[in-house]
Amino acid sequence: MSLLYVDRVIVRFGGVTAVDGVNLLARAGEVTGLIGPNGAGKTTLFNVISGMQEPTGGSVSLDSVDITDLPAHKRAQRGMARTFQRLELFGSLSVRDNIKVAAELAALTNVNSIVDEMIERVGIADIADRPAGDLPTGSARLVEIARALATRPKLLLLDEPASGLDEAESDRLGELLRTLAATGLGVLLVEHDMGLVMKVCDVIYVLDLGQIIAHGTPNEIQHDPKVLEAYLGAS
Amino acid sequence: MQQLLTFTIIGLSTGAIYAVVASGLVVTYTTSGIFNLAHGATGMLAAFTYWQLRFDWDVPAPIALFLTLFVLCPLFGALTERVVMRGLQGTTEVVRLSVTVALFAFMIGLANWVWPSDSSREAFLKFFEGNSVSIAGINVSWHRIITFGCAILVAIVLRLVLFRTRMGVAMRAVVDDRNLTELNGGRPDRVSMFAWALSATLAGLAGILLAGEQQLNIEPLVLLVINAYAAAIIGRLKNLPLTFLGAAVLGLLDSYYLAYSDESWFPQSAFGFSLAGIRAAIPTIVLFIALLTRPQSRLRAGIVRFREETRVPEWSTSILGAVSLVAVVVAISGMLTRSNTLLLLNGFTMAIVALSLVPLTGYAGQMSLAPLTFAGLGAIAMAKLPGDGNIATFVLAVVIVAVVGGIVALPALRLSGIYLALSTAAFAVLVTKLVFNQKQTFQSGNIAVPILKIPFVEIDSPRGRLILTATAFSLLGLLVVAVRRSRLGRRLIALKDSPAAAATLGMNLTRTKVAAFALSAGIGACAGALAGDKVSPQQYDFTQSLPVVLLAVVGGVGTVGGALFGGLLLGGNSVLASVVPSLKNLSKILPGTIGITLGRNPSGAATQTAEAFRVLKGRWNLLVFIGAGAFVIWALTAADVLSHWTFVVTGVVWFLAVAPNLPLVVASSSARRATAVVYLAAGLVITAAIDWSTALDVTGQRLIAIVILVAVIGLGAQRIMESGPRVRADSPDVIGLDRDFSGEEIERAERELRVVIR
Ligand SMILES: Nc1ncnc2c1ncn2[C@@H]1O[C@H](COP(=O)(O)OP(=O)(O)OP(=O)(O)O)[C@@H](O)[C@H]1O
Ligand SMILES: [Mg+2]
Repeated sequence: MSLLYVDRVIVRFGGVTAVDGVNLLARAGEVTGLIGPNGAGKTTLFNVISGMQEPTGGSVSLDSVDITDLPAHKRAQRGMARTFQRLELFGSLSVRDNIKVAAELAALTNVNSIVDEMIERVGIADIADRPAGDLPTGSARLVEIARALATRPKLLLLDEPASGLDEAESDRLGELLRTLAATGLGVLLVEHDMGLVMKVCDVIYVLDLGQIIAHGTPNEIQHDPKVLEAYLGAS
Repeated sequence: MQQLLTFTIIGLSTGAIYAVVASGLVVTYTTSGIFNLAHGATGMLAAFTYWQLRFDWDVPAPIALFLTLFVLCPLFGALTERVVMRGLQGTTEVVRLSVTVALFAFMIGLANWVWPSDSSREAFLKFFEGNSVSIAGINVSWHRIITFGCAILVAIVLRLVLFRTRMGVAMRAVVDDRNLTELNGGRPDRVSMFAWALSATLAGLAGILLAGEQQLNIEPLVLLVINAYAAAIIGRLKNLPLTFLGAAVLGLLDSYYLAYSDESWFPQSAFGFSLAGIRAAIPTIVLFIALLTRPQSRLRAGIVRFREETRVPEWSTSILGAVSLVAVVVAISGMLTRSNTLLLLNGFTMAIVALSLVPLTGYAGQMSLAPLTFAGLGAIAMAKLPGDGNIATFVLAVVIVAVVGGIVALPALRLSGIYLALSTAAFAVLVTKLVFNQKQTFQSGNIAVPILKIPFVEIDSPRGRLILTATAFSLLGLLVVAVRRSRLGRRLIALKDSPAAAATLGMNLTRTKVAAFALSAGIGACAGALAGDKVSPQQYDFTQSLPVVLLAVVGGVGTVGGALFGGLLLGGNSVLASVVPSLKNLSKILPGTIGITLGRNPSGAATQTAEAFRVLKGRWNLLVFIGAGAFVIWALTAADVLSHWTFVVTGVVWFLAVAPNLPLVVASSSARRATAVVYLAAGLVITAAIDWSTALDVTGQRLIAIVILVAVIGLGAQRIMESGPRVRADSPDVIGLDRDFSGEEIERAERELRVVIR
């Protein structure tokens, strides 16, 4: 069963076609990777999926329901959460309150215990009471993940969560993603850190110039000549 | 037919003036991202300057024109950019708008000061007054033809400048990406300076042309800008041809209204409401329509935001503050003269209006330029509803206005930032022109708002109303604190900090904004419903809202204390103006001058002051000491040892100069401590020994004396304790060369650059 189904999505900005007929499928309980060179259209695709960008063509379904015309907050209420490549924390709230806002929005009853659980889970207890605007990039990324998780989503979209993390933190993140997937969460992961991607993903899609040029298991992708060319040969 | 043609020509020539103004607005908005509310005021000042040169000093027209348009205007524009606007990069839209509001207030104050309206002036003549040509049987004055010529010339010159010159290309590049331009060797600062200079010249040209038609009057010249806004918004703030088209349409509408409004077929009223105010409202209606037909603002991520006050107010401090505020007002209100009581009362009323902006603007980041409009609606509701001012009437009035606030906000909420702010301005002007100016609402120019009836308490004196209003402020302040600490409060802040993240976490942005607007309208309504006196529509006019917004932002719109500070400052400013005629002119430009400095201290003055007192937090022994001192001063006054003015001066010195220094005194080395204690004590004794009521006989001079005393005593003591080797921070250029980066510095650099160094 597919959790997320992206069907022939097209996005044009004036003359630029940032996303050019992308098909993509993400399953519950799996980590799906989305990789590609800079400017390939990954973030734009995330914006389409999360409802921040209206596509020029194509459709998006969550749990077999077409959500293409739903506004962002309705999609979130249906169980979708995301993080941002350029951080979007609520800078004047404390870390704890950032997560609390999310839990409250999901209309959960025992908000405080969920907040504590997320803080514990992502390992940010030591910074929980600092203003989110003062955090270094690495910690801020973890807070964004905790905040997204606090809405108890079915599908988690992560846009370059490991950039800004050191190696140990990055390993911990990988483990966290595997644990989450094991509980049935679907994860769509955009990431440039190939080590992490190859280690945690079940399936990987490769996007180049707005088009999916390959998809398959990490092993298949690593040996796909088209992928190598997109990353090395094109320039 | 003849009439139609005549009025078409009149309309087009008015439109030509609008077009010139609007294009100036577009030029600065596109290059610096600042929507200049003071643009019309610039034109007004230029018109006055030209009049001064040409008609008062008899400088020949070409020289006067050259001096005004090509020397003074560009100089003024460039100076504005350099001194005021450049500091605003990276601040919030609220701060940026407020600074232009400040500039607006400053310029109007300046014009009122330099050219007081009562002096009988030389007439402002049209160009080639009396000359006209006949076109198709219609007399067209040379002035009109020159106006057309100027508009066409401006269109051509702008086109050439923007597309054919290096500066123009650079201007368009800055619009796209300021940082990128800088990386490519462009100089964005020089470019925006040029844009501001050009824009000022355009405003000046329009001002002079319009003054020729309508004589020199501050208000029409300044409000000219509303027409220009409408035209510029029609042009989506970037499309010049569309802007010109919009200007022509506006000019024609106005002129046709003049031509046909007296005809029998023209509707004179609708639904029992007179439409007499509609002419003044035409540009606003067009502006409203143009705004509402804009596409929904898109959710965007990655906008770098400036952070303001972040602290969550504590219950203990808030309640303490609320109680002591009421206590202080009760204590001093008995000593005030009637007129000073009324002024302070006005200050607290304004503080409530400013408070209405705290949840809306301070927390949720939504700019409203109409806070007083809701106060006006509250006053009307309180007066019109049955019950003659009992509590139920009051509650009902507030609820009704809150609902109106929410409903009215609804269509505007598709907009954000500057567009939202402008639509609130349009709403305020519409309500002023179409509701407040109706016979049904304000018969004979004013209505009596009943005094709130509270069981067992009889309020009839100004003193009673002052205490009531101060108490209301305290309670509403606590309400706002409660909101900040609640779920709604966190949502409002989330909305301000990142609409994109809030929406993708499941927040219905529209609903949250409606809640913020309704809450704000309700608080504003309290200010009106508590008026307890005759009120007139002028009190709630749109132009009166601007200073309130400005001073709320100056005080610090993110905090309750900031609202109090801003409101009292506004009240205090009128104290200054009413009591000291010689300072009247200074007080005219004071709010503007303070506001202009916002760029340097965007969190507001109250936040900074609070910062100074924060060192006292938890130092109970010191707090008790301060309270005891205050009691001694009060007791001495009650026992008639100190005069009332000495009480005020000594009290202020005690709180503002001595109290914040106490922790430093305790902490400093013993030798310094002794000197500082002697210095502070001497200052305090001298202050208390002088009978300020007789020493200075004008209130304004006493206020100035207070400021000087606080500065000398407070800063002097600080000097004494800090002298000696200061701890200096390393220059950023040196770090990394002669010593390693510390972990903290690395973190900070990462944050600034949004990258990882390690
Ligand atoms: N709002 C926009 N307007 C115009 N072009 C845009 C817009 N947003 C993105 N683009 C363009 O679309 C293309 C895809 O951008 P996108 O940010 O989706 O890439 P990405 O794969 O996320 O890259 P990166 O790995 O650097 O984050 C780029 O060429 C970009 O310039
Ligand atoms: Mg991206």
